[in-house]
Amino acid sequence: MAALKKIRRLLKGLFTAPDISWPLVGRVFYRNFKVFRKTWKTNIMFHFIEPVLYLWAMGFGLGVYVTDIQGLPYIQFLAAGLVASSTMFAVSYEMTYDSFTRMNYHKTFHAMVATPVGMDDVVMGEMIFGTFKGLLYGGVFFSVTFLFGLVQSPFALLLPVPLILLALTFSVLSLIWTSVAPSYDSFGYFFTLFISPMFLFSGVFFPVESLPAGVRYVAWATPLFHAVEVVRPLILGKLTTAMLVHLGVLTAFALLPLRVPLVMVKNRLIN
Amino acid sequence: MNSDTLNNFVGVSSEHNSTVITARDLVKKFDDFEAVRGVSFSINRGECFGLLGPNGAGKTSIVKMIYGFSPVTSGELQIFGRDVAGGARQIKSQIGVVPQEDNLDPELSVKENLIIYAGYFRLKKDEARKRADEILEFMELSDKADTEVSKLSGGLKRRLTMGRALINSPDLIILDEPTTGLDPYARHLLWQRLRRLRDSGTTMLLTTHYLEEASQLCDRLVILHRGKILEEGAPQELIDLHVGKEVMEIEVRAEWRKIILEIAGNLIKDHHILGDSLLLFTNRGKELAEQVPLKAAVMNIPLFYSRLRPSNLEDVFLKLTGETLEGKGSLEGKESGSFEEN
Repeated sequence: MAALKKIRRLLKGLFTAPDISWPLVGRVFYRNFKVFRKTWKTNIMFHFIEPVLYLWAMGFGLGVYVTDIQGLPYIQFLAAGLVASSTMFAVSYEMTYDSFTRMNYHKTFHAMVATPVGMDDVVMGEMIFGTFKGLLYGGVFFSVTFLFGLVQSPFALLLPVPLILLALTFSVLSLIWTSVAPSYDSFGYFFTLFISPMFLFSGVFFPVESLPAGVRYVAWATPLFHAVEVVRPLILGKLTTAMLVHLGVLTAFALLPLRVPLVMVKNRLIN
Repeated sequence: MNSDTLNNFVGVSSEHNSTVITARDLVKKFDDFEAVRGVSFSINRGECFGLLGPNGAGKTSIVKMIYGFSPVTSGELQIFGRDVAGGARQIKSQIGVVPQEDNLDPELSVKENLIIYAGYFRLKKDEARKRADEILEFMELSDKADTEVSKLSGGLKRRLTMGRALINSPDLIILDEPTTGLDPYARHLLWQRLRRLRDSGTTMLLTTHYLEEASQLCDRLVILHRGKILEEGAPQELIDLHVGKEVMEIEVRAEWRKIILEIAGNLIKDHHILGDSLLLFTNRGKELAEQVPLKAAVMNIPLFYSRLRPSNLEDVFLKLTGETLEGKGSLEGKESGSFEEN
């Protein structure tokens, strides 16, 4: 009963229109961007080295044994998936640990809300910044795959479309978790229960068709799977009409829950 | 800086309606805890108004409602003639807030903090720069302009937080426990700046549990206790009314207290027992300080300690509540509920 009451309070206002001033959302974004510009050198290495290690270890190591996957060399199959997962990880870290710090330790949200900036502006600015960061890190990893000579098609220039949708989705999901997180420790659960399984079973390392029939459809419920199914054909230049379906599902993932983090963060902080 | 430039960056002139804040029967409830229990006051343009009370009295709850961080449970709260619920953005564009905890951007430099904050008020870049420089000068932070905030001392951070609240030339400055946790030097420096702002006609709302801060800065104040207003008035007025000009503190064994009070007779206005001490409130301190030790000596009553000192707001609070502003109970020195306020 108490839990139900708590959830109801957190979701209060879910069906009302948000109070957003876009110029001020821009200022919130700019604040985060300005801080990011001070720290990006150390920051970018952290998010960049890991996928490169995966690419080497799995692509070159495992690739010796897996010579053909959907008619591709393994490293090519893998690289496209890692572009999507790099985006996912970058957003998820930013919108959990970093947003939590701004929200609860640096009290950045409090500082902003004492000005004409409203809480909806703050959360929207956060999500747009998370999306920007995801796109940036996806892009950085994409340039690595390009340097490895793994990009096959100019359609890859359309990558920002699925990557932005993917990044926005994970901004929303991560912020929802952050809005109820009591401490940094709880993000361990978020990554272990949601992010890592998605990373492993959403078609980044192997096609989901290899999963047992019952489990295969679980992949359909994950946003990363749909992103991978759009990103890979774009990089390889093998477009299909199924991509439109995946893009549609991804759009729904990004937009439908968009109001939820706005109310949850507000209800958590303003009482 | 002369007062002309000062006037430039706090909004003292323009509007002439004299009431800045009106609160009527204001109530704030959290689940089953009532933090503010029917509070009414009004703040006039150009005055420094204080909310004085111990931790947990409801001060922060009141100011959070004013700057829109906490919805009003019931009652009326108007700022600049607007209801706080409907006009939050407009109201917040005219106020400057110095929060209890510093919430600066630690990764950015001192000046960048001001410029980014100016952006939240949609100040143009040139204007923001100019104002930032003025503020840095006023707060004596010019030589720290390019220092990263995480490297500043607590006192300097507070100065920046206060300066930041001036960025939009506010018509009202809200200061929530502005000097808590500062060393005396840093505190006096902030007080100086606040006095200059006050003297140039800035309206201020100050919450504090330092009686000295309240008496140094406030034109008028309310004493808050457990969510209710106990008294309202100018600091000196309240002191004169409740405790008189001076206080004589006497330490004597409990069984002698009654006799001491008889000796003091009509020289005292009132008395109070705080721990082991007997406090005698008086307007006739000199006579009292002569009479009591003399007569006690004649009657062979040992006084362990006695001194006469000027009375202050703490004594008023003590008399009204039986507690000190630090939240200590008076009788038998027992601790009374000092609960944390969020």
